[in-house]
Amino acid sequence: MAIDRAQVRHVARLARLALSAEDEERFAAQLQNVLGYIERLQAVDVSGVEPLSFAGDAESELALREDAVKPSLPREKVLAQAPQADEQAFLVPRILE
Amino acid sequence: MPVADFQPVIGLEVHAQLLTKTKIFCGCATDFGAPPNTQVCPTCLGLPGALPALNRAAIEMAVRAGKAFGCKISEKSIWARKNYFYPDLPKGYQISQFELPICDGGAVPVPGLGNVRLVRIHLEEDAGKNVHGAAASEVDLNRSGTPLIEIVGQPDLRSAEDASEYLKALRLALIYLGVNDGNLEEGSFRCDANVSVMLKDAKEYGTRVELKNINSFRFVRQAIDYEISRQVEVLEGGGRIVQETRLFDHEKGETRSMRSKEAANDYRYFPEPDLPPLAITRAFIDGVKVPKLPQQISEELLQAGVSAPDVRTIVGEPALVSVHTRIGGDAKRAALFIVGELSRALNDKEADLEKLRFEPAQVQEVWKLQDAGTISSTAAREVLAELIRTGKAPQKIVDEKGLAQVSDNSELEKVVDAVIARNAGEAAKYKAGKVTLLGFFVGQAMKDLKGKGNPGVLNSLFKAKLGE
Amino acid sequence: MTTTLSQMSDALARGETTPSKLAAESIERIKALDGKVHAFLRLTEAEASSAAKAADARRAAGKPLSALDGVPVGLKDIFCMEGVETTAGSKILQGYVPPYDATVVRKLKAAGAVIIGKLNMDEFAMGSSTENSAYGPTMNPWDLSRTPGGSSGGSSAAVAARFVPGTLGTDTGGSIRQPAALVGCAGLKPTYGRVSRYGVVAFASSLDQVGPFAQDSRGAALLLQAIAGHDENDQTSSKRPVPDYAAGFGKGVRGLKLGVPREFFGEGLHPEVEKSVRAGIEKLKGLGCEVREISLPNSPHAIATYYIVATAEASSNLARYDGIRFGHRAKGGKNLLELYENTRAEGFGAEVKRRIMLGTYALSAGYFDAYYIRAQKVRALIQRDFLQAFAEVDAVIGPTSPTTAFKLGEKLDDPLAMYLNDVYTVPANLAGLPGLSVPCGFDSKGLPIGLQLVGRPFEEETILRLGDAAELADVPAPEGFR
Repeated sequence: MAIDRAQVRHVARLARLALSAEDEERFAAQLQNVLGYIERLQAVDVSGVEPLSFAGDAESELALREDAVKPSLPREKVLAQAPQADEQAFLVPRILE
Repeated sequence: MPVADFQPVIGLEVHAQLLTKTKIFCGCATDFGAPPNTQVCPTCLGLPGALPALNRAAIEMAVRAGKAFGCKISEKSIWARKNYFYPDLPKGYQISQFELPICDGGAVPVPGLGNVRLVRIHLEEDAGKNVHGAAASEVDLNRSGTPLIEIVGQPDLRSAEDASEYLKALRLALIYLGVNDGNLEEGSFRCDANVSVMLKDAKEYGTRVELKNINSFRFVRQAIDYEISRQVEVLEGGGRIVQETRLFDHEKGETRSMRSKEAANDYRYFPEPDLPPLAITRAFIDGVKVPKLPQQISEELLQAGVSAPDVRTIVGEPALVSVHTRIGGDAKRAALFIVGELSRALNDKEADLEKLRFEPAQVQEVWKLQDAGTISSTAAREVLAELIRTGKAPQKIVDEKGLAQVSDNSELEKVVDAVIARNAGEAAKYKAGKVTLLGFFVGQAMKDLKGKGNPGVLNSLFKAKLGE
Repeated sequence: MTTTLSQMSDALARGETTPSKLAAESIERIKALDGKVHAFLRLTEAEASSAAKAADARRAAGKPLSALDGVPVGLKDIFCMEGVETTAGSKILQGYVPPYDATVVRKLKAAGAVIIGKLNMDEFAMGSSTENSAYGPTMNPWDLSRTPGGSSGGSSAAVAARFVPGTLGTDTGGSIRQPAALVGCAGLKPTYGRVSRYGVVAFASSLDQVGPFAQDSRGAALLLQAIAGHDENDQTSSKRPVPDYAAGFGKGVRGLKLGVPREFFGEGLHPEVEKSVRAGIEKLKGLGCEVREISLPNSPHAIATYYIVATAEASSNLARYDGIRFGHRAKGGKNLLELYENTRAEGFGAEVKRRIMLGTYALSAGYFDAYYIRAQKVRALIQRDFLQAFAEVDAVIGPTSPTTAFKLGEKLDDPLAMYLNDVYTVPANLAGLPGLSVPCGFDSKGLPIGLQLVGRPFEEETILRLGDAAELADVPAPEGFR
């Protein structure tokens, strides 16, 4: 499957990455190269195979959390890490509906 | 083509917040109305390195709802990430269920409509809140990670009125199940509607439109009715319906398109790698107890002889059903107490349903005193009223207010003798056949006894003494 | 400072040295020599000093918390440590101070280990050379013009340069084992789920696993002992009991069956590496192991599979870096879209962007089945190959990396060449299996060579025992670090 610059732009928008024109060109070429390599998977016979998304301990009993309240973080400490905040919340440019 | 030629088709998606103490994937509290960003931790803030830890109670509640509505409970369900960027979604994805939801199928019984079928019920986390200011928007993540069940209904509804009835029945059922507080104002019970119209003889549904922001029963009816007329108008004008999301503006009473961002969305669902597949054992499912649904309770009350209006009053308020159950004993008599003395006290603000001062089982003690003849029916009403107000033991109320009847024969005989002696003339008339005077004699005796004589005993004593 | 971690632990137990003395020596050595290597991004001197003093008291009282009590260790900068800047090698997290400890950090502290500082890494653990760090590359102490491997290159270099006797790293496709091989130390990637990932900045959740570096297998075992076990904050962590990893070392390896996959000895494997690895296998045979050739027929598909699965998960895991709650935010964004796009464009490096793009593409409408689902099916086949092999053998043995340490800059412009460097390590991640790399020799340039052992799920004990038997004893410190 080929990937062109228009697709690179579309994917970059989905991923919220601003790309310069040079970025677009470079990524299109590099992604094409990697995708070309990945193409080999199409030749593998996977008929009847269930996809594996969890390679963890299937034998382990499911560990659910009990519904007991734990302390939350102090708000000052939380907001101190924010690039922009007022005394009670994170701030972002005004969102237009 | 007139409106009458068109058949509306409506399916509802309800998001109900579960009544867990903590969030679905972390130990933060879920209290409504806490100061912004005070119920947050690394997990619900989406900080680097934080992971979800699934809450057992959320699973139990989803299973309870699923069992109550006759869904198939999946012994294995998987979590999925729904990816999109928005400030109230701290991780950049919502953990939800896509393929293999926890509950499949099922139906909600709706009075007057029968069973409205469900597609599925799945679990997911709520987002936080963006508060839009003049210059900037504030992001409050207290609600981020609150557990939700999304109850997806089949497009079985045919009018705004039906949709509203379904929602009411669903809301009440969830409250009975103890999984949701049914609070539309606080947003803990939210509804989106998929609305389409088709010609009455059509085989296929029309293009559907999703309506959002309909947070009251009235708005549900208004929004759907508006949307039906809008769609019919478009079709009659030779236009086509566009599949889109529309927002209900309750000030203008109309729906408007949210075309901007929705169009390009590609949520890129994939299995959530931070959570193992959710394996729910048969034993776990069997261990989840399902309380009775309103429909079943109504049937039982009707069968016990409670009148239909009284059943509606009681079942419409889950707390009243709880009182009814806790009173126990004669179901009809308990119902009469609830619609009688208790309702009066509630109206007069002498009692608060959320914090009753009495233990409902005490009502039975009052009945016992009444049935044993210890107190009169009038006195019983007074005792009940006092019980509701104070929660004092009924016997104590009777003693304090001196409401006990005198039923002791020897004591009453003395009074009867005295009354007869005092009213020799009337006694003679009675003996001569004017038996209607019996009431007069009993009245006199009651006066002497300050109303505490047992009227039945007095009746028979007078009859015996005056010689029948 | 040339003693191994276990020797240091013994010396502490005998009262021959103190935690404060060890911490001071370590910090002094780093300050003197790390200018050449750039293993550390920052030192945690104040924390180390107070932790060492507390350990002094416990050691003096003869009441150590564990064998690690008072031992200096270093942490890859991917582990959240409360109050200490944690960047994951990225500019987007510059200045970020987490409000909580990762579970492994909490466990190390509870074991009494003295955390000396945070170590360099490829940005978000994406890379095999540390050249993708936003803070500059780390150099291999054996040859400063070469890479110490990656992504945990700071962790491997710090052990090789004898700055600390042990470090922690993470391994998503080989990021512990490959750097261990390239600097001549032991590096263990435990079974998926053996160690909690809570508080570990995520790259690819279904593959990431935390593990130790030390000069030898015994040191790695001591560190694993401290960090392994179930964590209620990570529900992918296993509830299986944690065995005593040191218990097996005395038992020898006689009778253990080793499988040598023919796919790991094909094209691309440098002859000097092959020779040294085969010598390591012969050594184990000489100690009584049975060796047989096996096949892992789907392992040649592992790299292609990995670059779909890992990037898909990463594209989602890295969505939280949006400039709203923490970290870098681009200036001057007029609206939300600009805020997101410019913040992420400025904050992420080229390799991270490439992988986010690839992963987003693989998950996007129209491509999901062809890429993501197919990759997860091939992944199932790769796991099946291993499980079939483990019906016959106790461990799979082969090279860790096809070559010895390559030159910095050599593969920077060719992402695919860099990816192929992980060809022997990636299969264990896809299958969730434990893997250990131990030093087995040197090439003609004097660069270390690593031998890899892959075990059955949760049988770290077996591969550590084999590693202990196979590894070169007394690897000298590199020239200039003696």
